[in-house]
Amino acid sequence: MCEYVLKTEGLGISFGGLRAVDGVELRVRKKQIYGLIGPNGAGKTTVFNMLTGVYQPTRGTFYLDGEELKGLSQDKINQKGIARTFQNIRLFNNMTVVRNVMVGFHNLPKYKCSFIDSIFRTKRHRDTERAMRARAKEILSIFGLLDERNLLAYNLPYGKQRKLEIARALATNPKLLLLDEPAAGMNPQETSELMETIRFVRDKFDMTILLIEHDMSLVAGICDELTVLNFGQTLACGETSEVLKDPEVVKAYLGD
Amino acid sequence: MEFLLTLINGVSLGGIYAMIALGYTMVYGIAKMLNFAHGDIIMVGGYSIFVFAATSFGTLPPWVSLLFAVLMAVIICALLGFGVEKLAYKPLRGASPLAVLITAIGVSSFLQSLAQVFFGSAAKFVQFPDLGSLSLGELTVSYSTLITLISTVIVMLALTLFVKLTKTGRAMLAVSEDREAAQLMGVNINFIISITFIIGSSLAALAGLFSLMNVPFIKPTFGSLPGIKAFTAAVIGGIGSIPGAMLGGILLGVVECFSNSVPTLAPYTNAIEFAILIIILIVKPTGILGKKRREKV
Amino acid sequence: MSAFIVKFKNIKWKRYTNYIGISLVLLVFTVLTLADSLPQSTLFLLEKIGISIILSISLGLVVGFLGELSLGHAGFMCIGAYIGGKTAELLSDVGVEGIFALLISVVVGALTAAVFGFIVGLPALRLKGDYLAIVTLAFCEIVKTAFENSSKESFGGPMGLRTPRFDKHYLFIIIFSFILVCLAVMQNLIRSKHGRAITAIRDNEIAARATGINVTKYKLLAFIISAAFAGVAGVMYSFANSTVAASAFDYNYSIEILVMVVLGGMGNITGGIISATVITFLNVKLTTMLTGDNAVLKDLVYALILVLIVIYNNAPALKYVRERYNIRALTDKIFKKRSDVSYDTDDEGKWDRVPTKIKMDELLSVDVVVRESVIDPDKEGKE
Repeated sequence: MCEYVLKTEGLGISFGGLRAVDGVELRVRKKQIYGLIGPNGAGKTTVFNMLTGVYQPTRGTFYLDGEELKGLSQDKINQKGIARTFQNIRLFNNMTVVRNVMVGFHNLPKYKCSFIDSIFRTKRHRDTERAMRARAKEILSIFGLLDERNLLAYNLPYGKQRKLEIARALATNPKLLLLDEPAAGMNPQETSELMETIRFVRDKFDMTILLIEHDMSLVAGICDELTVLNFGQTLACGETSEVLKDPEVVKAYLGD
Repeated sequence: MEFLLTLINGVSLGGIYAMIALGYTMVYGIAKMLNFAHGDIIMVGGYSIFVFAATSFGTLPPWVSLLFAVLMAVIICALLGFGVEKLAYKPLRGASPLAVLITAIGVSSFLQSLAQVFFGSAAKFVQFPDLGSLSLGELTVSYSTLITLISTVIVMLALTLFVKLTKTGRAMLAVSEDREAAQLMGVNINFIISITFIIGSSLAALAGLFSLMNVPFIKPTFGSLPGIKAFTAAVIGGIGSIPGAMLGGILLGVVECFSNSVPTLAPYTNAIEFAILIIILIVKPTGILGKKRREKV
Repeated sequence: MSAFIVKFKNIKWKRYTNYIGISLVLLVFTVLTLADSLPQSTLFLLEKIGISIILSISLGLVVGFLGELSLGHAGFMCIGAYIGGKTAELLSDVGVEGIFALLISVVVGALTAAVFGFIVGLPALRLKGDYLAIVTLAFCEIVKTAFENSSKESFGGPMGLRTPRFDKHYLFIIIFSFILVCLAVMQNLIRSKHGRAITAIRDNEIAARATGINVTKYKLLAFIISAAFAGVAGVMYSFANSTVAASAFDYNYSIEILVMVVLGGMGNITGGIISATVITFLNVKLTTMLTGDNAVLKDLVYALILVLIVIYNNAPALKYVRERYNIRALTDKIFKKRSDVSYDTDDEGKWDRVPTKIKMDELLSVDVVVRESVIDPDKEGKE
């Protein structure tokens, strides 16, 4: 077992000569809630996109549990154990809530069922379908979405769509969960509920969580450690309370 | 000499494709839709010329009668383009793009069927005044080819200047860049889209004229193949780009003429052109002069 | 016994409506043809309807469930018709005829079409929407041109390929059996994890990738299966007609199949079957009634109906009218079932919500090599 669940080494990417992200060093320990913060345009989402294979890093590399994942395709990286949510919610809108979660089970060895099995509706197909549905219901009940399971995803209210996205990401059984601004567009009440959910996910699933957030109350409330990015570079990193006191960080956020 | 003649014919044919491709490119850039019915507007233009040239041929001098017919064709096509947009496409603004595409296919089929109801499916001969041809040493080029060439160049220049210099033209650029932002800056979207369809359809009428000058027969499916090929040209050049439409059109016209001049290749000309389209789309989907856009995640 | 009754009651009948409907039609007409009481025109009509249903179901997989527009479905059918017809001809030369020859031809025709489905599916990995539609259309034209210019010995050239016609009294039974096979494959696929993967790609390709779906594999799979069944329809066509001519499989025919899918409701297999039946029936009836240039009146009306229905189903301004007056609301009223239209347990996405893939921003983006494009740092964080 490796000390860090996620370790990046000098991770960076250039777009047409512009160094969007440069030399990012993240060290995320097991069961940690790790915050990635910074002003708009600091390159936070770009880091997520590199970690999930949407962009290929041009410099540096990253390891999940000691295994180098750089260069793999998006679905392969997900299979290796990194799942994510999106800033602008991306659900399978015309599918029911329960099926959204079931898509997440696609690659789990437990629910292996070949194309041929499905076409002939073999016993294996029927068994896995039943097991997947049951497991999906379990996950949904954890998130309080069980009653809405047969609703089409786009009919869910906003806060529940965010929850469903997290549920779907968890369904892929990841080692590391990336949350991209989970509190965006939420009121303080919903945000505090969300904090509870995130903590609960960490405890219930033994999950390691890396999140991007602008809401400082949420960051200060749940993050164990922080990395602050500014103009694609690491401005500060360390324990949350200390980082938030750092004069450089305050300056980056509030200006001179 | 043979080579030069084929080249000139190719460029001239390419000019026709370019003129149609412009309609596709402009509509695609501004209304963000593939106007499948564009090819059939050419056909309507062709039939307009056929009808008005035939009715006025005896009474007016040939040149005047031809100009009159062309003018009528341009007006009819412009009105048709305007009407089609208002009736069929405008209600679907904001709906799924697939719905718009299928509607456009429906409009195309409707116009073809309508033409067949009025004129029958058989090809009709369109009479033109004989323009003669120009001899330069061994080279003989028909005046119709030259007129096509010169007109294309004039149209391209006029359109480029229109977009660059006039207020409406700049508004068109703004709409193609970002419709919402343009609207917020006070651009009347409905007006701009209507203008785009009117200009595109008028160009289609001209394209109809030049195609008829080369091959003076018209039938209801007159516009389909040139329409699809011109779309190919627009894609090859890079959709949304005026010089791209020109370049793509001429490239395609030259390829077509050279392929037709080789007997073993001639039956496969269409297949060759479509194969080029597929290859370009796979290798460089943005076309030769197209802009790149990046997907946001 | 009571256990059996309970089990019987628990069957989800909705799943089997399509099989039951097709089987009933098949049964009734089989009895009639055995009693020798079917006129040839009815047999001809049945054959045509059966072929249309296979085409409609198979195109429905790509358009309705994968959410990509294909305008080249007739091209796959053309391949199936020529290759299947040629296989049958070669088989009859060595003395193999009847049902056995038919089955071999179907396998060969379907496999060949599937290979081309794979080839056409490749651009689908990089292109979307309008661009893919044009590629499929171009593919269809290329196939047509290739067969039209074939030598007389190989595929008959412009005159078309002469094919052995199957016993006309029983061909429709075989066609309808293939509908059942096609239905079984499609429905079982859609209702499995693989089908969910395909619909997930339709709904949100980026999220599907992030959820671990191998988009390449499933796009190709959908194209291959769709093409294979179009190939089956083509082989059936070659057995139902004495000649196969490439000119029949033109762009307009692809559009006609698309119309069947769209009118039936995208992602709705039952709807596709019904609209394929109605359109083909009207086609055949109207073709006999309207002669010469009047025949085109039919196309005129189709085009008009297509445009009107698509506008009615999609125009944002008509949203409220649509929600008050639709067939689903009507049937729910009749059966006094759920009245909330938002419930939908079968992933038959509503047509007005289905694919929004053809967005300009996404259209040209897929291949774009990121490091070549200029990034706007202001936008990077926001998206």
